[in-house]
Amino acid sequence: MGRLNVNLCGIEIDNPIIPASGTFGFGYEFAQAYDINCLGTFSFKGTTKDARFGNPTPRIAECYAGMINAVGLQNPGVHKVISEELPKLSKCFNKPVMANISGFAVEDYAYTCEMLDKESQVGWLEVNVSCPNVHGGGMSFGTSPEAAAEVVRAVKAVTTKPVIVKLSPNVTDIVAIAKACEDAGADGISLINTMLGMRIDLKTRKPVIANKMGGFSGPAIFPVAVRMVYQVANAVKIPVIGMGGVSSAEDVIEMMLAGATAVEVGAANLINPYACRDIINDLPRVMDKYGIDNLNDIIGGVK
Amino acid sequence: MKQGIFKISLNEKLVDNVYKMVLQGDTSDITACGQFINIQLDGLYLRRPISVCDCDDTSVTIIYKVVGKGTEQMAKMTVGETLDVLTGLGNGYDLSTSGDKPLLLGGGVGVPPLYMLAKKLIASGKKVSVILGFNTASEVFYEQEFKDLGCDVTVTTVDGSYGTKGFVTGAYPEDYTYFYTCGPEPMLKAIYKTAETNGQMSFEERMGCGFGACMGCSCKTIAGYKRICKDGPVMLKEEILWED
Repeated sequence: MGRLNVNLCGIEIDNPIIPASGTFGFGYEFAQAYDINCLGTFSFKGTTKDARFGNPTPRIAECYAGMINAVGLQNPGVHKVISEELPKLSKCFNKPVMANISGFAVEDYAYTCEMLDKESQVGWLEVNVSCPNVHGGGMSFGTSPEAAAEVVRAVKAVTTKPVIVKLSPNVTDIVAIAKACEDAGADGISLINTMLGMRIDLKTRKPVIANKMGGFSGPAIFPVAVRMVYQVANAVKIPVIGMGGVSSAEDVIEMMLAGATAVEVGAANLINPYACRDIINDLPRVMDKYGIDNLNDIIGGVK
Repeated sequence: MKQGIFKISLNEKLVDNVYKMVLQGDTSDITACGQFINIQLDGLYLRRPISVCDCDDTSVTIIYKVVGKGTEQMAKMTVGETLDVLTGLGNGYDLSTSGDKPLLLGGGVGVPPLYMLAKKLIASGKKVSVILGFNTASEVFYEQEFKDLGCDVTVTTVDGSYGTKGFVTGAYPEDYTYFYTCGPEPMLKAIYKTAETNGQMSFEERMGCGFGACMGCSCKTIAGYKRICKDGPVMLKEEILWED
Protein backbone atom coordinates (compact mmCIF):
# COMPACT_ATOMS: atom_id res chain seq x y z
CA MET A 1 0.00 0.00 0.00
CA GLY A 2 1.49 3.35 -1.01
CA ARG A 3 1.61 6.36 1.22
CA LEU A 4 -1.00 8.16 -0.90
CA ASN A 5 -3.59 5.35 -1.02
CA VAL A 6 -6.94 5.92 0.62
CA ASN A 7 -10.10 3.85 0.83
CA LEU A 8 -13.11 5.70 -0.49
CA CYS A 9 -16.36 4.01 0.55
CA GLY A 10 -14.90 0.53 0.13
CA ILE A 11 -12.87 1.16 -3.01
CA GLU A 12 -9.12 1.55 -2.69
CA ILE A 13 -7.76 4.47 -4.76
CA ASP A 14 -4.09 5.20 -5.55
CA ASN A 15 -4.30 8.74 -4.24
CA PRO A 16 -7.05 11.03 -2.94
CA ILE A 17 -7.06 13.41 -5.94
CA ILE A 18 -10.33 13.53 -7.88
CA PRO A 19 -11.13 16.12 -10.55
CA ALA A 20 -14.55 17.54 -9.71
CA SER A 21 -17.61 17.15 -11.89
CA GLY A 22 -18.11 19.85 -14.51
CA THR A 23 -14.44 20.75 -14.71
CA PHE A 24 -13.19 17.58 -16.38
CA GLY A 25 -15.85 16.66 -18.95
CA PHE A 26 -15.64 12.92 -19.60
CA GLY A 27 -11.87 13.07 -19.39
CA TYR A 28 -10.83 13.13 -23.06
CA GLU A 29 -9.66 16.74 -23.26
CA PHE A 30 -7.33 16.05 -20.36
CA ALA A 31 -6.29 12.62 -21.64
CA GLN A 32 -4.81 14.49 -24.62
CA ALA A 33 -2.69 16.53 -22.22
CA TYR A 34 -1.53 13.78 -19.81
CA ASP A 35 -2.19 10.17 -18.79
CA ILE A 36 -5.25 10.58 -16.56
CA ASN A 37 -4.68 7.13 -15.03
CA CYS A 38 -2.50 8.93 -12.49
CA LEU A 39 -5.71 10.22 -10.84
CA GLY A 40 -7.39 8.58 -7.86
CA THR A 41 -10.54 8.70 -9.97
CA PHE A 42 -12.55 11.54 -11.48
CA SER A 43 -16.13 12.68 -11.25
CA PHE A 44 -17.60 12.97 -14.71
CA LYS A 45 -19.84 15.70 -16.10
CA GLY A 46 -23.15 16.02 -14.22
CA THR A 47 -25.58 13.66 -15.94
CA THR A 48 -29.36 13.92 -16.01
CA LYS A 49 -32.13 11.63 -17.25
CA ASP A 50 -32.67 13.69 -20.41
CA ALA A 51 -30.22 15.68 -22.53
CA ARG A 52 -29.80 19.34 -21.58
CA PHE A 53 -28.31 22.32 -23.41
CA GLY A 54 -28.15 24.31 -20.20
CA ASN A 55 -28.27 28.07 -19.78
CA PRO A 56 -27.80 30.82 -22.36
CA THR A 57 -24.32 32.40 -22.67
CA PRO A 58 -22.42 34.22 -21.23
CA ARG A 59 -22.11 31.46 -18.64
CA ILE A 60 -18.77 32.47 -17.15
CA ALA A 61 -17.58 35.45 -15.11
CA GLU A 62 -14.17 36.29 -13.68
CA CYS A 63 -13.85 37.00 -9.92
CA TYR A 64 -11.04 37.71 -7.51
CA ALA A 65 -9.36 34.33 -7.01
CA GLY A 66 -12.17 32.50 -8.69
CA MET A 67 -14.93 32.39 -11.22
CA ILE A 68 -18.69 32.10 -11.53
CA ASN A 69 -20.28 29.57 -13.84
CA ALA A 70 -23.88 29.07 -14.86
CA VAL A 71 -23.51 26.26 -17.36
CA GLY A 72 -26.80 24.73 -16.28
CA LEU A 73 -25.90 21.04 -16.40
CA GLN A 74 -25.33 20.74 -20.12
CA ASN A 75 -25.03 17.01 -20.82
CA PRO A 76 -26.16 14.49 -23.44
CA GLY A 77 -28.49 12.61 -21.07
CA VAL A 78 -27.84 9.30 -19.32
CA HIS A 79 -28.53 7.07 -22.33
CA LYS A 80 -25.96 8.82 -24.54
CA VAL A 81 -23.53 8.96 -21.64
CA ILE A 82 -23.78 5.16 -21.46
CA SER A 83 -23.79 4.49 -25.20
CA GLU A 84 -21.22 7.09 -26.31
CA GLU A 85 -19.23 8.69 -23.50
CA LEU A 86 -18.43 5.67 -21.32
CA PRO A 87 -17.06 3.52 -24.20
CA LYS A 88 -14.77 6.42 -25.20
CA LEU A 89 -13.79 6.98 -21.58
CA SER A 90 -12.84 3.32 -21.10
CA LYS A 91 -10.16 3.78 -23.78
CA CYS A 92 -8.31 6.49 -21.82
CA PHE A 93 -9.15 5.63 -18.19
CA ASN A 94 -8.83 2.14 -16.72
CA LYS A 95 -9.97 2.80 -13.13
CA PRO A 96 -13.43 3.00 -11.59
CA VAL A 97 -14.97 6.40 -12.39
CA MET A 98 -17.32 8.46 -10.27
CA ALA A 99 -20.67 9.10 -11.95
CA ASN A 100 -22.11 12.50 -11.06
CA ILE A 101 -25.90 12.58 -11.20
CA SER A 102 -28.40 15.42 -11.10
CA GLY A 103 -32.16 15.52 -11.29
CA PHE A 104 -35.16 17.73 -10.99
CA ALA A 105 -37.46 15.15 -9.39
CA VAL A 106 -36.77 12.23 -7.04
CA GLU A 107 -37.79 9.78 -9.80
CA ASP A 108 -35.24 11.34 -12.19
CA TYR A 109 -32.41 10.72 -9.74
CA ALA A 110 -33.53 7.13 -9.22
CA TYR A 111 -33.85 6.50 -12.97
CA THR A 112 -30.42 7.92 -13.82
CA CYS A 113 -28.74 6.06 -10.95
CA GLU A 114 -30.43 2.79 -11.90
CA MET A 115 -29.11 3.15 -15.45
CA LEU A 116 -25.57 3.93 -14.31
CA ASP A 117 -25.64 1.20 -11.65
CA LYS A 118 -25.39 -1.35 -14.49
CA GLU A 119 -22.15 0.14 -15.84
CA SER A 120 -19.09 -1.78 -14.68
CA GLN A 121 -16.70 1.17 -14.93
CA VAL A 122 -18.81 3.26 -12.56
CA GLY A 123 -17.36 2.88 -9.07
CA TRP A 124 -19.34 5.43 -7.12
CA LEU A 125 -22.50 7.45 -7.70
CA GLU A 126 -22.05 11.07 -6.66
CA VAL A 127 -25.51 12.56 -6.30
CA ASN A 128 -25.71 16.32 -6.69
CA VAL A 129 -28.63 17.58 -4.61
CA SER A 130 -28.10 21.26 -5.46
CA CYS A 131 -30.66 21.22 -8.28
CA PRO A 132 -34.08 22.82 -7.93
CA ASN A 133 -36.94 20.40 -7.20
CA VAL A 134 -39.56 21.10 -9.86
CA HIS A 135 -42.24 19.46 -7.71
CA GLY A 136 -41.14 21.30 -4.58
CA GLY A 137 -41.58 24.92 -5.64
CA GLY A 138 -38.12 25.05 -7.21
CA MET A 139 -36.27 24.86 -3.89
CA SER A 140 -33.06 22.89 -4.15
CA PHE A 141 -33.22 19.32 -2.75
CA GLY A 142 -30.04 20.10 -0.89
CA THR A 143 -31.56 22.91 1.18
CA SER A 144 -33.84 20.60 3.16
CA PRO A 145 -32.78 17.57 5.24
CA GLU A 146 -36.04 15.79 4.35
CA ALA A 147 -35.78 16.41 0.58
CA ALA A 148 -32.11 15.39 0.50
CA ALA A 149 -32.86 12.23 2.48
CA GLU A 150 -35.71 11.38 0.12
CA VAL A 151 -33.30 11.51 -2.83
CA VAL A 152 -30.80 9.30 -0.97
CA ARG A 153 -33.42 6.68 -0.12
CA ALA A 154 -34.69 6.60 -3.71
CA VAL A 155 -31.18 6.18 -5.08
CA LYS A 156 -30.05 3.60 -2.54
CA ALA A 157 -33.07 1.48 -3.46
CA VAL A 158 -31.81 1.05 -7.03
CA THR A 159 -28.07 0.62 -6.65
CA THR A 160 -25.49 -1.45 -4.83
CA LYS A 161 -22.68 0.99 -5.64
CA PRO A 162 -21.57 3.46 -2.97
CA VAL A 163 -23.69 6.60 -3.00
CA ILE A 164 -21.94 9.87 -2.21
CA VAL A 165 -24.16 12.90 -1.71
CA LYS A 166 -22.71 16.19 -2.97
CA LEU A 167 -23.95 19.01 -0.78
CA SER A 168 -24.60 22.65 -1.51
CA PRO A 169 -23.02 25.23 0.80
CA ASN A 170 -25.92 27.62 0.20
CA VAL A 171 -27.79 26.43 3.28
CA THR A 172 -28.28 27.49 6.89
CA ASP A 173 -27.21 24.23 8.55
CA ILE A 174 -25.13 21.91 6.38
CA VAL A 175 -24.53 19.52 9.29
CA ALA A 176 -28.24 18.77 9.62
CA ILE A 177 -28.44 17.96 5.90
CA ALA A 178 -25.34 15.77 6.01
CA LYS A 179 -26.69 13.83 8.99
CA ALA A 180 -30.07 13.36 7.28
CA CYS A 181 -28.26 11.91 4.25
CA GLU A 182 -26.20 9.59 6.45
CA ASP A 183 -29.33 8.41 8.26
CA ALA A 184 -31.00 7.78 4.88
CA GLY A 185 -28.19 5.42 3.92
CA ALA A 186 -25.61 7.56 2.10
CA ASP A 187 -22.16 5.95 1.93
CA GLY A 188 -20.30 9.24 1.76
CA ILE A 189 -20.68 13.02 1.61
CA SER A 190 -18.88 15.36 -0.78
CA LEU A 191 -18.79 19.10 -0.25
CA ILE A 192 -18.85 21.91 -1.09
CA ASN A 193 -20.59 22.54 -4.37
CA THR A 194 -20.25 26.12 -5.66
CA MET A 195 -21.50 29.12 -3.70
CA LEU A 196 -24.21 31.25 -5.25
CA GLY A 197 -22.64 34.40 -6.66
CA MET A 198 -23.19 37.29 -9.06
CA ARG A 199 -21.18 39.90 -10.96
CA ILE A 200 -22.41 43.10 -12.63
CA ASP A 201 -20.80 44.77 -15.66
CA LEU A 202 -20.34 48.47 -14.88
CA LYS A 203 -20.45 49.48 -18.55
CA THR A 204 -23.70 47.73 -19.43
CA ARG A 205 -25.18 47.80 -15.87
CA LYS A 206 -26.30 44.24 -16.43
CA PRO A 207 -25.27 40.95 -14.81
CA VAL A 208 -22.19 39.51 -16.52
CA ILE A 209 -23.89 36.10 -16.67
CA ALA A 210 -27.03 35.64 -18.77
CA ASN A 211 -28.59 33.58 -15.96
CA LYS A 212 -27.79 36.54 -13.62
CA MET A 213 -26.46 34.26 -10.84
CA GLY A 214 -24.14 31.30 -10.89
CA GLY A 215 -21.85 29.10 -8.87
CA PHE A 216 -18.78 30.77 -7.42
CA SER A 217 -15.70 28.54 -7.23
CA GLY A 218 -11.94 28.83 -7.02
CA PRO A 219 -9.40 29.59 -4.26
CA ALA A 220 -11.61 32.36 -2.84
CA ILE A 221 -14.05 29.79 -1.42
CA PHE A 222 -11.39 27.47 0.04
CA PRO A 223 -11.70 28.70 3.68
CA VAL A 224 -15.48 28.24 3.59
CA ALA A 225 -14.99 24.74 2.20
CA VAL A 226 -12.45 23.79 4.89
CA ARG A 227 -14.83 25.04 7.59
CA MET A 228 -17.80 23.07 6.24
CA VAL A 229 -15.75 19.90 5.67
CA TYR A 230 -14.56 20.18 9.28
CA GLN A 231 -18.10 20.63 10.58
CA VAL A 232 -19.56 17.76 8.55
CA ALA A 233 -16.66 15.34 9.10
CA ASN A 234 -17.03 15.82 12.84
CA ALA A 235 -20.76 15.10 12.69
CA VAL A 236 -20.95 12.01 10.45
CA LYS A 237 -19.23 8.59 10.50
CA ILE A 238 -19.20 8.06 6.71
CA PRO A 239 -16.27 9.29 4.57
CA VAL A 240 -16.23 12.90 3.43
CA ILE A 241 -14.76 14.20 0.17
CA GLY A 242 -13.57 17.78 0.56
CA MET A 243 -13.66 20.27 -2.29
CA GLY A 244 -13.91 23.97 -2.94
CA GLY A 245 -11.00 26.00 -4.27
CA VAL A 246 -8.37 23.29 -3.84
CA SER A 247 -5.37 24.29 -5.97
CA SER A 248 -2.25 22.76 -4.41
CA ALA A 249 -0.88 19.78 -2.51
CA GLU A 250 -0.90 21.98 0.62
CA ASP A 251 -4.62 22.59 0.14
CA VAL A 252 -5.18 18.82 -0.14
CA ILE A 253 -3.44 18.22 3.17
CA GLU A 254 -5.42 21.02 4.81
CA MET A 255 -8.68 19.46 3.57
CA MET A 256 -7.64 16.06 4.89
CA LEU A 257 -6.70 17.52 8.27
CA ALA A 258 -10.18 19.04 8.33
CA GLY A 259 -11.63 15.54 7.89
CA ALA A 260 -11.63 14.70 4.19
CA THR A 261 -10.80 11.14 3.11
CA ALA A 262 -10.38 12.30 -0.52
CA VAL A 263 -10.24 15.68 -2.20
CA GLU A 264 -11.87 16.95 -5.37
CA VAL A 265 -10.20 19.61 -7.48
CA GLY A 266 -12.47 21.77 -9.63
CA ALA A 267 -11.81 25.21 -11.08
CA ALA A 268 -8.03 24.70 -10.95
CA ASN A 269 -8.33 22.24 -13.86
CA LEU A 270 -9.75 24.97 -16.05
CA ILE A 271 -6.88 27.39 -15.66
CA ASN A 272 -4.17 24.74 -15.55
CA PRO A 273 -5.16 21.57 -17.39
CA TYR A 274 -2.28 19.78 -15.62
CA ALA A 275 -3.39 20.87 -12.13
CA CYS A 276 -4.36 17.43 -10.78
CA ARG A 277 -1.29 15.69 -12.18
CA ASP A 278 0.91 18.43 -10.69
CA ILE A 279 -0.78 18.14 -7.28
CA ILE A 280 -0.34 14.34 -7.23
CA ASN A 281 3.33 14.68 -8.17
CA ASP A 282 3.87 17.34 -5.52
CA LEU A 283 2.11 15.52 -2.64
CA PRO A 284 5.10 13.39 -1.49
CA ARG A 285 7.32 16.49 -1.25
CA VAL A 286 4.74 18.42 0.79
CA MET A 287 4.07 15.36 3.00
CA ASP A 288 7.81 15.12 3.72
CA LYS A 289 7.93 18.80 4.51
CA TYR A 290 5.22 18.43 7.17
CA GLY A 291 6.37 15.07 8.50
CA ILE A 292 3.48 13.02 7.10
CA ASP A 293 4.36 9.37 6.38
CA ASN A 294 0.95 8.28 5.14
CA LEU A 295 -2.08 10.38 4.22
CA ASN A 296 -4.37 8.10 6.23
CA ASP A 297 -2.62 9.31 9.38
CA ILE A 298 -3.89 12.87 8.95
CA ILE A 299 -7.54 12.40 7.96
CA GLY A 300 -9.53 14.41 10.50
CA GLY A 301 -6.34 15.21 12.37
CA VAL A 302 -7.70 18.52 13.57
CA LYS A 303 -10.17 18.19 16.44
CA MET B 1 -3.03 21.81 -26.60
CA LYS B 2 0.31 22.64 -25.08
CA GLN B 3 1.31 24.76 -22.10
CA GLY B 4 4.47 26.82 -22.40
CA ILE B 5 6.35 29.82 -21.11
CA PHE B 6 6.74 32.49 -23.79
CA LYS B 7 9.07 35.48 -23.77
CA ILE B 8 7.83 38.83 -25.07
CA SER B 9 10.05 40.10 -27.91
CA LEU B 10 7.77 42.95 -29.01
CA ASN B 11 4.80 44.77 -27.47
CA GLU B 12 3.93 47.92 -29.38
CA LYS B 13 0.89 50.11 -29.86
CA LEU B 14 -0.58 49.90 -33.37
CA VAL B 15 -3.38 52.43 -32.88
CA ASP B 16 -5.23 53.73 -29.82
CA ASN B 17 -5.92 50.81 -27.42
CA VAL B 18 -4.71 48.19 -29.91
CA TYR B 19 -1.36 46.48 -29.38
CA LYS B 20 0.77 43.99 -31.24
CA MET B 21 2.70 41.45 -29.16
CA VAL B 22 5.24 38.91 -30.39
CA LEU B 23 5.94 35.95 -28.11
CA GLN B 24 8.90 33.59 -28.40
CA GLY B 25 8.38 29.95 -27.44
CA ASP B 26 7.23 26.50 -28.54
CA THR B 27 4.61 27.03 -31.25
CA SER B 28 4.47 23.40 -32.37
CA ASP B 29 0.85 22.97 -31.31
CA ILE B 30 -0.41 25.90 -33.40
CA THR B 31 -1.55 23.94 -36.42
CA ALA B 32 -4.17 26.10 -38.17
CA CYS B 33 -4.95 29.74 -38.99
CA GLY B 34 -7.74 31.08 -36.80
CA GLN B 35 -6.74 29.19 -33.65
CA PHE B 36 -6.22 31.07 -30.39
CA ILE B 37 -3.94 31.05 -27.38
CA ASN B 38 -4.99 31.42 -23.73
CA ILE B 39 -2.81 33.64 -21.57
CA GLN B 40 -2.43 33.54 -17.79
CA LEU B 41 -1.91 36.92 -16.12
CA ASP B 42 -0.82 37.86 -12.61
CA GLY B 43 -3.67 38.31 -10.16
CA LEU B 44 -6.36 37.28 -12.63
CA TYR B 45 -8.00 33.90 -12.32
CA LEU B 46 -9.17 33.01 -15.81
CA ARG B 47 -6.83 32.97 -18.77
CA ARG B 48 -7.38 35.48 -21.59
CA PRO B 49 -8.11 33.98 -25.01
CA ILE B 50 -6.51 35.92 -27.91
CA SER B 51 -6.52 34.89 -31.58
CA VAL B 52 -3.29 34.09 -33.38
CA CYS B 53 -2.41 36.73 -35.99
CA ASP B 54 0.72 35.03 -37.28
CA CYS B 55 3.17 32.38 -36.22
CA ASP B 56 6.35 30.60 -37.26
CA ASP B 57 8.47 27.85 -35.69
CA THR B 58 9.59 29.94 -32.74
CA SER B 59 7.22 32.89 -32.38
CA VAL B 60 3.56 33.79 -32.28
CA THR B 61 2.11 37.23 -33.02
CA ILE B 62 -1.10 38.44 -31.41
CA ILE B 63 -2.98 41.73 -31.75
CA TYR B 64 -5.20 42.68 -28.84
CA LYS B 65 -7.43 45.55 -27.84
CA VAL B 66 -7.34 46.88 -24.29
CA VAL B 67 -10.85 46.21 -22.99
CA GLY B 68 -10.34 45.27 -19.34
CA LYS B 69 -7.94 44.33 -16.58
CA GLY B 70 -6.24 41.49 -18.45
CA THR B 71 -5.46 43.39 -21.63
CA GLU B 72 -4.52 46.50 -19.58
CA GLN B 73 -1.91 44.39 -17.82
CA MET B 74 -0.66 42.99 -21.12
CA ALA B 75 -0.27 46.49 -22.59
CA LYS B 76 2.05 47.44 -19.72
CA MET B 77 4.34 44.43 -20.17
CA THR B 78 7.82 44.92 -21.59
CA VAL B 79 10.20 43.00 -23.83
CA GLY B 80 11.87 40.12 -21.96
CA GLU B 81 8.96 39.45 -19.59
CA THR B 82 7.35 36.01 -19.80
CA LEU B 83 3.81 34.70 -20.02
CA ASP B 84 2.30 31.27 -19.29
CA VAL B 85 0.38 30.39 -22.44
CA LEU B 86 -1.78 27.50 -23.64
CA THR B 87 -1.37 27.12 -27.41
CA GLY B 88 -3.08 25.17 -30.14
CA LEU B 89 -6.64 25.92 -29.03
CA GLY B 90 -9.66 25.87 -31.34
CA ASN B 91 -10.24 24.37 -34.77
CA GLY B 92 -9.16 27.24 -37.05
CA TYR B 93 -10.15 27.93 -40.65
CA ASP B 94 -10.39 25.19 -43.25
CA LEU B 95 -8.55 26.41 -46.35
CA SER B 96 -9.60 23.53 -48.57
CA THR B 97 -12.94 25.06 -49.56
CA SER B 98 -11.66 28.55 -50.47
CA GLY B 99 -11.91 28.29 -54.25
CA ASP B 100 -9.66 30.50 -56.39
CA LYS B 101 -10.87 33.89 -55.19
CA PRO B 102 -11.55 33.83 -51.46
CA LEU B 103 -12.84 36.95 -49.71
CA LEU B 104 -11.69 37.79 -46.18
CA LEU B 105 -13.77 40.20 -44.07
CA GLY B 106 -12.46 41.46 -40.73
CA GLY B 107 -13.99 43.87 -38.28
CA GLY B 108 -11.83 45.69 -35.69
CA VAL B 109 -9.85 43.19 -33.62
CA GLY B 110 -11.45 40.49 -35.77
CA VAL B 111 -8.87 41.46 -38.41
CA PRO B 112 -5.78 39.73 -36.89
CA PRO B 113 -6.66 36.03 -37.39
CA LEU B 114 -7.25 36.75 -41.09
CA TYR B 115 -3.61 37.76 -41.56
CA MET B 116 -2.07 34.28 -41.33
CA LEU B 117 -5.01 32.95 -43.31
CA ALA B 118 -4.35 35.47 -46.11
CA LYS B 119 -0.66 34.56 -46.05
CA LYS B 120 -1.41 30.84 -46.45
CA LEU B 121 -4.04 31.40 -49.17
CA ILE B 122 -1.67 33.64 -51.16
CA ALA B 123 1.09 31.04 -50.75
CA SER B 124 -1.20 28.43 -52.27
CA GLY B 125 -1.80 30.63 -55.31
CA LYS B 126 -5.22 32.09 -54.48
CA LYS B 127 -6.32 35.58 -55.48
CA VAL B 128 -7.29 37.01 -52.09
CA SER B 129 -9.58 40.02 -51.54
CA VAL B 130 -9.69 41.53 -48.07
CA ILE B 131 -12.19 43.97 -46.57
CA LEU B 132 -11.10 45.51 -43.28
CA GLY B 133 -13.83 47.31 -41.36
CA PHE B 134 -13.28 49.90 -38.64
CA ASN B 135 -15.34 52.63 -36.97
CA THR B 136 -13.08 55.52 -37.87
CA ALA B 137 -9.73 56.45 -39.48
CA SER B 138 -7.77 56.46 -36.22
CA GLU B 139 -8.61 52.78 -35.63
CA VAL B 140 -7.33 51.44 -38.95
CA PHE B 141 -4.46 48.95 -38.74
CA TYR B 142 -2.79 46.29 -40.90
CA GLU B 143 -3.95 47.71 -44.26
CA GLN B 144 -0.36 47.85 -45.53
CA GLU B 145 0.51 44.43 -44.08
CA PHE B 146 -2.28 42.76 -46.08
CA LYS B 147 -1.24 44.72 -49.20
CA ASP B 148 2.34 43.55 -48.71
CA LEU B 149 1.12 39.95 -48.80
CA GLY B 150 -0.40 40.65 -52.21
CA CYS B 151 -4.05 40.91 -51.23
CA ASP B 152 -6.53 43.25 -52.87
CA VAL B 153 -7.42 45.39 -49.83
CA THR B 154 -10.49 47.57 -49.21
CA VAL B 155 -10.85 49.50 -45.95
CA THR B 156 -14.26 50.63 -44.74
CA THR B 157 -15.00 53.03 -41.90
CA VAL B 158 -18.45 53.55 -40.42
CA ASP B 159 -18.02 57.35 -40.33
CA GLY B 160 -16.37 57.56 -43.73
CA SER B 161 -13.22 59.21 -42.36
CA TYR B 162 -11.06 56.69 -44.23
CA GLY B 163 -11.61 54.36 -47.21
CA THR B 164 -15.13 53.41 -48.19
CA LYS B 165 -17.88 54.80 -45.94
CA GLY B 166 -20.06 52.21 -44.27
CA PHE B 167 -19.78 48.57 -43.23
CA VAL B 168 -17.78 45.73 -44.75
CA THR B 169 -21.00 44.41 -46.28
CA GLY B 170 -21.16 47.51 -48.49
CA ALA B 171 -17.86 46.67 -50.16
CA TYR B 172 -18.20 43.15 -51.58
CA PRO B 173 -16.04 42.60 -54.68
CA GLU B 174 -17.81 41.63 -57.87
CA ASP B 175 -16.46 38.14 -57.89
CA TYR B 176 -15.47 35.85 -55.02
CA THR B 177 -15.64 32.09 -54.53
CA TYR B 178 -15.92 31.77 -50.74
CA PHE B 179 -15.62 33.93 -47.63
CA TYR B 180 -13.81 33.85 -44.29
CA THR B 181 -14.67 36.31 -41.55
CA CYS B 182 -14.01 37.33 -37.97
CA GLY B 183 -15.50 40.29 -36.15
CA PRO B 184 -18.31 41.46 -33.87
CA GLU B 185 -21.50 39.39 -33.98
CA PRO B 186 -23.66 42.08 -35.69
CA MET B 187 -21.10 42.09 -38.52
CA LEU B 188 -21.17 38.28 -38.77
CA LYS B 189 -24.97 38.35 -38.91
CA ALA B 190 -24.93 40.97 -41.66
CA ILE B 191 -22.44 38.92 -43.68
CA TYR B 192 -24.51 35.79 -43.12
CA LYS B 193 -27.50 37.55 -44.68
CA THR B 194 -25.73 39.25 -47.57
CA ALA B 195 -22.84 37.04 -48.68
CA GLU B 196 -23.47 35.27 -51.97
CA THR B 197 -21.34 32.23 -51.20
CA ASN B 198 -20.77 29.83 -48.35
CA GLY B 199 -18.06 30.64 -45.88
CA GLN B 200 -16.62 30.32 -42.40
CA MET B 201 -17.16 32.62 -39.42
CA SER B 202 -15.07 32.90 -36.29
CA PHE B 203 -17.03 33.49 -33.08
CA GLU B 204 -16.18 34.95 -29.72
CA GLU B 205 -17.62 34.06 -26.29
CA ARG B 206 -16.65 34.36 -22.64
CA MET B 207 -14.74 31.18 -21.93
CA GLY B 208 -13.83 29.29 -18.79
CA CYS B 209 -11.08 26.92 -19.84
CA GLY B 210 -10.62 27.43 -23.59
CA PHE B 211 -10.05 23.72 -24.27
CA GLY B 212 -13.49 22.14 -24.16
CA ALA B 213 -13.80 21.01 -20.55
CA CYS B 214 -16.20 23.42 -18.84
CA MET B 215 -19.02 23.92 -21.37
CA GLY B 216 -18.88 27.65 -20.59
CA CYS B 217 -19.04 28.75 -24.25
CA SER B 218 -21.54 26.33 -25.79
CA CYS B 219 -23.78 27.33 -28.67
CA LYS B 220 -26.52 25.64 -30.65
CA THR B 221 -25.83 24.86 -34.31
CA ILE B 222 -27.65 22.95 -37.01
CA ALA B 223 -25.08 20.21 -36.39
CA GLY B 224 -25.91 20.08 -32.66
CA TYR B 225 -24.39 21.71 -29.61
CA LYS B 226 -20.86 22.98 -30.08
CA ARG B 227 -18.22 24.45 -27.81
CA ILE B 228 -16.91 27.68 -29.33
CA CYS B 229 -13.48 27.08 -27.78
CA LYS B 230 -13.00 23.48 -28.94
CA ASP B 231 -15.37 22.74 -31.84
CA GLY B 232 -15.00 26.40 -32.96
CA PRO B 233 -14.23 29.25 -32.88
CA VAL B 234 -14.70 28.81 -36.63
CA MET B 235 -18.14 27.63 -37.74
CA LEU B 236 -19.42 26.95 -41.24
CA LYS B 237 -22.02 29.44 -42.44
CA GLU B 238 -24.44 26.60 -43.21
CA GLU B 239 -24.33 25.20 -39.66
CA ILE B 240 -24.97 28.46 -37.80
CA LEU B 241 -28.20 28.96 -35.87
CA TRP B 242 -28.79 32.56 -34.78
CA GLU B 243 -30.55 32.52 -31.43
CA ASP B 244 -32.55 35.75 -31.78
